[in-house]
Amino acid sequence: MLATSNEFRANARVGLANPTLQSALGKMKVGFPTKRAEAVAKLPEFDALRDQARDIKNHVLENIDWYLERFERRVNEAGGHVHWARTPEEAREIVLGICRRLGARTVTKGKSMIAEEIGLNAHLEKHAIEPVETDLGEYIIQLRNEAPSHIIAPAVHLTKDAIEADFRRAHSHLDARRDLTEPQSLVAEARGILRKRYFEADVGITGANFLVAETGSSVIVTNEGNGDLTQLLPKAHVVLASLEKIVPTLEDASTILRVLARSATGQEMSVYTTFSTGPKRPSDLDGPGEYHVVLLDNGRSALLGTEFQEILRCIRCGACMNHCPVYGAVGGHAYGWVYPGPMGAVLTPSLIGVENAKPLPNASTFCGKCESVCPMRIPLPKMMRHYRAREWERRLGTRVSRLALGAWAWAARRPALYRFAAARAMSALGWLGRRHGSFFNLPLASGWTTTREFPAPQGRTFQDLWRERRRAGGGR
Amino acid sequence: MSDTQTRARPRVGLFATCLVDLFRPSVGFAAAKLIEDSGCDVEVPEGQTCCGQPAFNSGDNADAAELARRAIVMLEGYDYVVVPSGSCGGMIREHYPELLAGDREWAPRARHVAARTWELTAFLHEVRGLRIEGVRHDGVVTYHDSCSGLRELGVKAQPRALLAGVAGATLKELPGAETCCGFGGTFCVKYPEVSDKMVSEKAADILATGAGTLLAGDMGCLMNMAGKLKRMAMEQGARPVAVRHVAEVLAGMEQDAPPIGESK
Repeated sequence: MLATSNEFRANARVGLANPTLQSALGKMKVGFPTKRAEAVAKLPEFDALRDQARDIKNHVLENIDWYLERFERRVNEAGGHVHWARTPEEAREIVLGICRRLGARTVTKGKSMIAEEIGLNAHLEKHAIEPVETDLGEYIIQLRNEAPSHIIAPAVHLTKDAIEADFRRAHSHLDARRDLTEPQSLVAEARGILRKRYFEADVGITGANFLVAETGSSVIVTNEGNGDLTQLLPKAHVVLASLEKIVPTLEDASTILRVLARSATGQEMSVYTTFSTGPKRPSDLDGPGEYHVVLLDNGRSALLGTEFQEILRCIRCGACMNHCPVYGAVGGHAYGWVYPGPMGAVLTPSLIGVENAKPLPNASTFCGKCESVCPMRIPLPKMMRHYRAREWERRLGTRVSRLALGAWAWAARRPALYRFAAARAMSALGWLGRRHGSFFNLPLASGWTTTREFPAPQGRTFQDLWRERRRAGGGR
Repeated sequence: MSDTQTRARPRVGLFATCLVDLFRPSVGFAAAKLIEDSGCDVEVPEGQTCCGQPAFNSGDNADAAELARRAIVMLEGYDYVVVPSGSCGGMIREHYPELLAGDREWAPRARHVAARTWELTAFLHEVRGLRIEGVRHDGVVTYHDSCSGLRELGVKAQPRALLAGVAGATLKELPGAETCCGFGGTFCVKYPEVSDKMVSEKAADILATGAGTLLAGDMGCLMNMAGKLKRMAMEQGARPVAVRHVAEVLAGMEQDAPPIGESK
């Protein structure tokens, strides 16, 4: 997927001017946080579970090689295969290879952000294999030929009306008079169409919320049950997962599951939590004939031992973006690549290079809301700041901002000069603004004054006035 | 004053912050009065400039560390350092130790200053147990929780507890009081459209409370919200809202200055 993250500001303007998106975001930024807050309030040990969840992943990240190899052994013992992919290209070729060997013409897909990361759909289509998204949100955006705008709610940028129009357009063979005004009727229509596709598919591809080292299992959580049909019916089940999805034990997976759904949607648990271990055994009634896990690195192992290691704790719940005021203003597409919001502002530069995602770590007010709701206690603002430091070192920012900040810091290191200049500047600004109390237009702050008044200073600096009054009063 | 009395009164270094120093000295005087009322001696250390947060948040760690060292030298001799801003207070208290962590000489000095640094309302309420008396503000006020104060320093109940002592004032809670106003330091300059969207929603929430006065504890957020509210009053006929730093109301010094963005 081609990144437009460097065009964040232009992308954001598009989002701000899109009434459908704004209407959808208006609902989202109330709905998700309210549900999460209710779920958290009902679980007194929630914060203790966050600590446990963080500690589990920290332990894994310190010993990731050992757990990955253990996972591979267990998968092999269960009759499955693990494929190691360093790059998106390698991962795509591995999946394509499996599809070709099985003569696949269509593949069904459960929700997988790794599939987005490696650009799988386009690659399969190029080789005449049709990918069919089975998650309702993914299905909708596939109809629209769009990327997901959110990691757990891919179509959150759309309203029900917009989706209804897409369904009528794409499902034109159906009766035009059918009722599509309720979410339930939309789900029923998508389900009716997808049902046939499950049986046609040769390969089923899912992501993974966890890989369990002790059992060699992959775990997915869904609310629609689409993942189960995707992975059970075809000849082969291919799991796409990145390295850091590994956890040591089933017990560990269950600890993290307790914070995952609550943080994501405010559910205690997602409707389906599916554990898969190996292909169909002789005694099983159903199941895929083959079980493959494609383990993607794509730059993650290079984060180990750096100040960005902690982003690898992320469990993709989406809480950070659900609560982010910037995401809530501009939507996920503005971030220009696979992962939006605060976690995207850290992960995107980590995976595609900070030079290709310069605005993202800067597109935050550092309000800290994301960190305060992150179930894995990832210090997202701190890591964004680390990326800003990398950008500063490599002079990736604009010349103007560098000059302005440099001049400010230069003056701030020289108190006498600062005092002299500040007194004169504030006196002038205060005089100019004395009638109106604020500025309608300031040449160097037009970004501000286009939409806001700029309050005028009172005219004297506090330090000068303080000195003066203390001198006059002889001190207290 | 006798020696014993002097010693009983802690020495407080008031770090005014650049925005108070440059734009709104009245907040500095209000803060000084409140700190004195709480039984402390106030000094304003000479040579105050910037705490270094703009540099730190822009990734310019060298300049930020230089400004942090300057501030530490200026502030390390006081019993307490008090800052009428959660943002700059958070910079000194949370980020100076982080910024200088690798410096053997400066790390302990940073921690020393950090441990003595308080946001104004937290200091007055938690450390000094100040009760506001003899102060009046007639009308409904609402309160915005600035992000750094709230999430880095836990400032939430303290300003409300102090405001409860102001006669005639009714606090009407602001829905979304904990949501960022969109200021974000350099953010509002780098992404003005996004910042405007955020402050527009904030202003709508403020207007919906019906409060005549908006209070907060950080000049950056206050200037942003005041600027938006005033422009909405000018261009859309929105109801005017008086915007002030909470210290001005708590100190009973509202008559000393018109609200932020207003003329005398």
